[in-house]
Amino acid sequence: MRSPDLLRHAWAVAAKDLLVEFRSRTAILSVAVFVVLVLVVFNSARDPTAVSNVDLAPSILWVTFTFAAILALNRAFQIELENQALEGLLLAPIDRSSIYLGKLIANLVFVATIELIGVPLLALFFNVQVLPFLLPLIAVIALATVGFVAVGTLFSAMTVRTRFAELLLPVLLLPFMIPPLSWAVLATGRLLAGRPLSETLGWLNMLAVYDFVFVVLAVLLFPATVNE
Amino acid sequence: MLRAEALRHSFGAVRALDDVSFSVQPGQTLAVFGPNGAGKTTLLKVLAGLIQPQRGRAQVDGGRRAIGWIGHQPQLYAQLTVRENLRFWASLYDVTPPGELLARLGLEEHADRPVRALSRGLVQRVAIARALTHDPTVLLLDEPFTGLDRVAAEALSRLLGQHTAAGRATVLVTHNVEEGTGLATDVAFMRAGRFVHFAPRAGRGPEQVGEEYRDAIA
Amino acid sequence: MKMLRVGRWITAIGLVLLAGIYVRALAYTPIEASQGLAQKIFYLHVPAAIWAESAMILVGLASIFYLFTKDPRLDRFAAASAEVGAVFCAVVLTTGPIWGKPIWGTWWTWDARLTFTLFLFLLYVGYLLLRSAVTEPATRARFAAVLGICGMCEVPFIHLSVYMFPTLHPMPIVLQPGRPKLPGSMLETWALSLGVFTLLYVGFVVQRYALSYLREQLEAAGEVGHA
Repeated sequence: MRSPDLLRHAWAVAAKDLLVEFRSRTAILSVAVFVVLVLVVFNSARDPTAVSNVDLAPSILWVTFTFAAILALNRAFQIELENQALEGLLLAPIDRSSIYLGKLIANLVFVATIELIGVPLLALFFNVQVLPFLLPLIAVIALATVGFVAVGTLFSAMTVRTRFAELLLPVLLLPFMIPPLSWAVLATGRLLAGRPLSETLGWLNMLAVYDFVFVVLAVLLFPATVNE
Repeated sequence: MLRAEALRHSFGAVRALDDVSFSVQPGQTLAVFGPNGAGKTTLLKVLAGLIQPQRGRAQVDGGRRAIGWIGHQPQLYAQLTVRENLRFWASLYDVTPPGELLARLGLEEHADRPVRALSRGLVQRVAIARALTHDPTVLLLDEPFTGLDRVAAEALSRLLGQHTAAGRATVLVTHNVEEGTGLATDVAFMRAGRFVHFAPRAGRGPEQVGEEYRDAIA
Repeated sequence: MKMLRVGRWITAIGLVLLAGIYVRALAYTPIEASQGLAQKIFYLHVPAAIWAESAMILVGLASIFYLFTKDPRLDRFAAASAEVGAVFCAVVLTTGPIWGKPIWGTWWTWDARLTFTLFLFLLYVGYLLLRSAVTEPATRARFAAVLGICGMCEVPFIHLSVYMFPTLHPMPIVLQPGRPKLPGSMLETWALSLGVFTLLYVGFVVQRYALSYLREQLEAAGEVGHA
């Protein structure tokens, strides 16, 4: 199949997902509330004299994003199972990969929205400077998010059709989230501490390699999760 | 238009298709009757390319683009309106939904209501519209009359009649002999993954077919 | 069934030889100067670690070929290899702290190799849980194959991520370029031990493979009986 078709169909699937989400808004609202709650709870548990905010903030940021993303990913294929819409997608004369790419785009938009809420809140609650490092911080967040959302989207296509779907996804996904997360935490830490950008380039490169490998792998493997 | 050659498929130890062969020509409507678990849905899924059969081959002229499917489930997004659903499904076939389709199914006044606000009968009519947006040449129907109200059932029968009259093919599977016989040009009975009877209807009415069906399945 | 018997025999021979290795290790191999007796666990720990990681690679390779051929034997092998890999991971994770307590003074530390083995173990646990959560055999095999391939590709990335942690772990001394720095008799004992663990891996996998084959046959017979 030609690649313009692939992208056009992927976009159609993503736009439909986002429209469904926009209509109900329950998922995005509950995840946003969840992010606020987590940040508040972390804030009340910390001892400001023991560990400085700048040292603590990267871990808290990424723990929050991790759980929020898992909540979001569980939803992705759920809407396709109601009314067997997934079967309709498989019947359509579109490449299987465009279904995956569409889901990936929608999930990325979803998680990015949460991150857009989370970062200013973190800056506000923990009184850390983000504005001077905003661009490199966005690069770190974007690269790490693409990696684990790519794997998570692939896995959620399988777990929604198993028993204990909601429990199984985090169990499968967490070992895969650890490399990008540990690099993202380290890079975020350097950035917030005001270290020179060159110190984070190594992590950014590795995140990019991880993204490339797993996006390609997921596009290749996705058909195996839906073909009977 | 549609050919099945020596199809075999099992799920674990359950044999769903056991050496099924047939072909359907333009203008033919094949009705496949069988009890639950006879392999009817598997047969349709293999024809539609949703299941890769372990043995044998299924072929539809024109590929997936030519197939229209109406199943147990409406394959619609409950949060979207009727119009949005149709536009989305049509976009996957690179077409725009034909305007008169909603009128033919009596859906015009409901076009901008979300699907979840519609009654079950209306949802079924939207599902029929959905299956016809891309003007398919082969229709695959899995218990299409289940859950339809009288208006929708009549509309569906009329549409199927037009479809066949336009020289297109239909395969319909159901366990309800009364519903399917009137539309069929050919009749098959299925039991435990096999066709135990396969012949033109040749003027037989629902009573006669029903009697033969009970004899063949028992 | 013949295969099950063969698997049992290989395992039994492996276990007897393992006892032999320990007799050799304790009685005939010199005691390491700085670590003392604790070093003896090394003959168990290192070969188990090597096979714990190799088993994941084998799961991934079998999964790739499964997706192309849909041959159920490959799926059975992948499942068996994952179970044995998980057990070997558990061996590594138990023997590590036993060694770490006297040498490092702590049972657990977030050391690179320890963390790596822990993640590998979690990967196996996830794989086995996914298998248990799907009942239809063909779907189970496809899902497991997808996860197995991802798992294999994940191994180098976990390596990369944990090796940035500061480490107290002894560096590999057997497979290092140039002449090995182990005394000859230690190296021999270690090489024998690796051989024995290979035998154990094969023995366990053959048994698990035979058992899952028998279970499939039973399930098939049961289904036919019901129909």
